[in-house]
Amino acid sequence: MNGVHDMGGMHGFGPVTLEKDEPVFHGAWEGRVFAMQRATFFLGLWNLDLARASVEHLPPPVYLGVSYYDKWRLGLESRLMSYGLVGADELRAGHALHPAKPVKRKLAAAEVDKSLQRGSYGRPAQAPARFAPGAAVRTKNINPTTHTRLPRYARDRVGTIEAVRGCHVFPDSVVLGKGEDPQWLYTVVFDGKELWGEQAAPGLKVSIEAFEPYLEPA
Amino acid sequence: MTEKGYIDPAALDRIVEAFETKIGPHIGARIVAKAWSDPAFKQRLLADATAAINADGTLGRVSDHLTAIENTPHRHHMIVCTLCSCYPWEVLGLPPVWYKSAAYRSRSVIDPRGVLKDFGIALPPEVEIRVWDSTAETRFIVIPMRPAGTEGWSEDRLAALVTRDSMVGTGLAKPAGASAS
Repeated sequence: MNGVHDMGGMHGFGPVTLEKDEPVFHGAWEGRVFAMQRATFFLGLWNLDLARASVEHLPPPVYLGVSYYDKWRLGLESRLMSYGLVGADELRAGHALHPAKPVKRKLAAAEVDKSLQRGSYGRPAQAPARFAPGAAVRTKNINPTTHTRLPRYARDRVGTIEAVRGCHVFPDSVVLGKGEDPQWLYTVVFDGKELWGEQAAPGLKVSIEAFEPYLEPA
Repeated sequence: MTEKGYIDPAALDRIVEAFETKIGPHIGARIVAKAWSDPAFKQRLLADATAAINADGTLGRVSDHLTAIENTPHRHHMIVCTLCSCYPWEVLGLPPVWYKSAAYRSRSVIDPRGVLKDFGIALPPEVEIRVWDSTAETRFIVIPMRPAGTEGWSEDRLAALVTRDSMVGTGLAKPAGASAS
């Protein structure tokens, strides 16, 4: 979706502000939200792509106006409600008011250590890779109203395949409930001028990780 | 959530503890120090970082799709996630607030030199800047340039020069004189 989360190249957000001796979590609640986010993946109801999509669907003023872990909290709350795990009345009350929905599994404390590795998103290929390193490609001009990982600044632009990264879970399909539909993933590098025109900084190159359905031969 | 049996609060505590005490940029710093010290390891790391780190046996384990990219006098790499906050947390820990900020995410891909200025870094004009937007499940770690005057240093001593920001590409490794040892 063409949301405010897709902010590459936007102006007006000011300088990057650095915090000296920044703690991992600014207060216990941030750690709690982070841990809930990780633990609830083990319910087996949604994956990372669906979690990202729920944050992207927050209203733009909310997305830009609240802190990072508050966005996560709001995204998690919307998933909990849409999957029927928790009611809005329960979120308001802060405790259970209705019987729990049966879940397949939950993360036990003893399993946490082995849960700390990221999952793998590589999958067996459904077809041979369409592009090889060095190939010129043009990104498609797509504007889905649902989750995609092709940022707006890199649509309808000509770049070069730099690396073939294997075949991966395709987020655009997962969020539509159409399964993982694994697709080849490529590093595609663009010249700064292709993205930003004559005012591009000299010597700038930008790459994205692009799934094969985003690309066509240039 | 606990009352309904969806989560175990003890599991949450363990997760928070792991990210506060075990997983952090010291992991990445040891990988960089080894790459600086061992050219054969560096070649393996640049070819397939996940395989090289896991085969080493002393650097911890990382999951699939980690790629290492090397800064040179001619090319400086920076990592960003314009769409959310993808970050190589297995080797650097959780991202700092600035990495997740709209200011960093919006400007890195269009004005990386301006962003570097916010970090107090000015690169020579002839250096090419390459920005990696982490738009999929691939993750990137920058191998910063090894500081001059560190020939013959142990990996532990070298690792102390490797900052988190230098592995994201918003900083450089500390100069040799900055080492306490």
